[in-house]
Amino acid sequence: MSKAIYALYDDDEVMVDGAKTILSNDIRIKDVYSPFPIHGLENVLGIKWTRLAITSFMYGITGLTLALLGIWFFMIDDWPMNIGGKPSMDLYQNIPAFIPVTFEFTVLCAAHGMAITYLIRNWTLPGLPARNPHPRTTDDHFAIEIAHDENTGKSTDEIRAILQGTNPVEIFEK
Amino acid sequence: MQKEAAIREPLILGDKTYHQITEDVCAPVEGKANKWWFISFSIAVVVALWGLGCITYTIGRGIGTWGLNTTVDWAWDITNFVWWVGIGHAGTLISAVLLLFRQKWRMAINRSAEAMTIFAVMMAALFPGIHMGRIWMAYWVFPLPNQFGSLWVNFNSPLLWDVFAISTYFSVSLVFWYIGLIPDFATIRDRAVKPVAKMAYGVLSFGWTGNAKAWIRFEEVSLVLAGLATPLVFSVHSIVSMDFATSVIPGWHTTIFPPYFVAGAIFSGFAMVQTLLLIARKVLHLEAYITVKHAEYMNIVIVITGSMVGVAYLSELFISWYSGVEYEAYAFLNRATGPYWWAYWSMMTCNVITPQLFWFKKIRTSLIASFILSIFVNIGMWFERFVIIVTSLHRDFLPSSWSMFHPTFVDIGIFLGTIGIFFTLFLLFSRFFPVLALNELKSILKSSGENYKKKQSHE
Repeated sequence: MSKAIYALYDDDEVMVDGAKTILSNDIRIKDVYSPFPIHGLENVLGIKWTRLAITSFMYGITGLTLALLGIWFFMIDDWPMNIGGKPSMDLYQNIPAFIPVTFEFTVLCAAHGMAITYLIRNWTLPGLPARNPHPRTTDDHFAIEIAHDENTGKSTDEIRAILQGTNPVEIFEK
Repeated sequence: MQKEAAIREPLILGDKTYHQITEDVCAPVEGKANKWWFISFSIAVVVALWGLGCITYTIGRGIGTWGLNTTVDWAWDITNFVWWVGIGHAGTLISAVLLLFRQKWRMAINRSAEAMTIFAVMMAALFPGIHMGRIWMAYWVFPLPNQFGSLWVNFNSPLLWDVFAISTYFSVSLVFWYIGLIPDFATIRDRAVKPVAKMAYGVLSFGWTGNAKAWIRFEEVSLVLAGLATPLVFSVHSIVSMDFATSVIPGWHTTIFPPYFVAGAIFSGFAMVQTLLLIARKVLHLEAYITVKHAEYMNIVIVITGSMVGVAYLSELFISWYSGVEYEAYAFLNRATGPYWWAYWSMMTCNVITPQLFWFKKIRTSLIASFILSIFVNIGMWFERFVIIVTSLHRDFLPSSWSMFHPTFVDIGIFLGTIGIFFTLFLLFSRFFPVLALNELKSILKSSGENYKKKQSHE
């Protein structure tokens, strides 16, 4: 018994129209595989927008705090040095000179933290096998995935009949 | 779907389909390299090896092998450093700033421009590394716990800001570039026939699936990284300029430096992108994607930033007189009329005068003229750094210390060597990596493709 049934399309607009038809027939779509981002698809499928930007902000705040804490320890607390007469006994007075490194470290943490979260959340890491249903979904084809266990009310033949009406180039099970 | 005005020129020429884009971009990766690739690769490798030899000689014998002296103690290497960092500014600018401005034409050039950025920053980082003399102690630039009492790096110093700026810029650019590459590697992976290629691109593509949520995350990450990289680009060259501006040498000690250096960096970076892409589009048969319109857009950026640089040169000159500081006035007079007058006037000609030709539409849209003028800018921007650095130092406050800088064969060898290493890396990139962001290009095919635009106007 296959896990899911797939409809393969060769055009993004046909696929989006197909997805609308499928959803209006009370069939749940598990996922859509496409070679490029299709704008507006998240509204059709009802996918919530990602919160990665928020994580980036949090990593950035962490970086900012770490940078200021580190610089305070190195330059003020542990080994204060008189450099060009700049105030060395107090972080607040010397802060203009510390802004550049603080900024760079904030960006460093925000960017890398988000990138790592992105890779883990997408489960795209070195050495993972390809999991797209059809090799051409990274080229010029678009696949709609319908899982059997999400659509127990409908038989495979019923689903196939509805999919057939949406002009796919191929229907296959996997 | 996004619609575009019919009078806007198409960005993808010819009768292209999604599949055809994949075919065109994957062709250089999947096919065999032609003889031009092998010839240029061999030359690049030989030059690179010569450079590596000179670097080894420097490390073995010491900095005395360079043309530096007690008066001009910073010259050729820092010129090359700033030149390469400047070139490294275009890639992230194209992919970040143009993404924020939703400029679709960036998609044909961002991938190779970012590759250029990464390789250029690598070349730049090499110079301060070897100028330290004892490169095996290069890790001392980082604030690491140590047994020297404990001695920390100086966070008040622009040189340390530079360490943080360059390493952040390099690593963030690398990540930005790679995140964009993952879906394209997946395309090559799914097309690969040979087992070695299938495995290699399988590993490189991190198991990308291209499902709906992954693309949403992809777009969000690209946008946020662009937002983070934009101030980063500006900060990096501002900080590079502060290496000079915070010192008290006449000719360096000016507040105009940060914006002027950033404009110059964008100027030189775009010129280098122009040089590389005008060759790449021919050799890799990408004329339908990197069009005359793309070259024209880049030329517009070059003429704007070139004019900004020109204004900066003139304000510097004016202020040196208007300030009434005689040392400052002398430094600038010496630049234009002193023993290094030829460097100054090469800089003025290549950076201020010749790019102004791009105001003419005929020249701006001529690929041969663009190529020649982009080479002029590359040369001019190298001379700019040479003029700023060497002419400010060689006439010391004490006339008895006045001297000249003459590069040795080691200086020249290392500079040529970095060009060799840069081209070696870029040629390897053009052979094994997708040189265009092919999946992003597909998303603009229906709004900016020539065939689709024609169909639309007939409706």
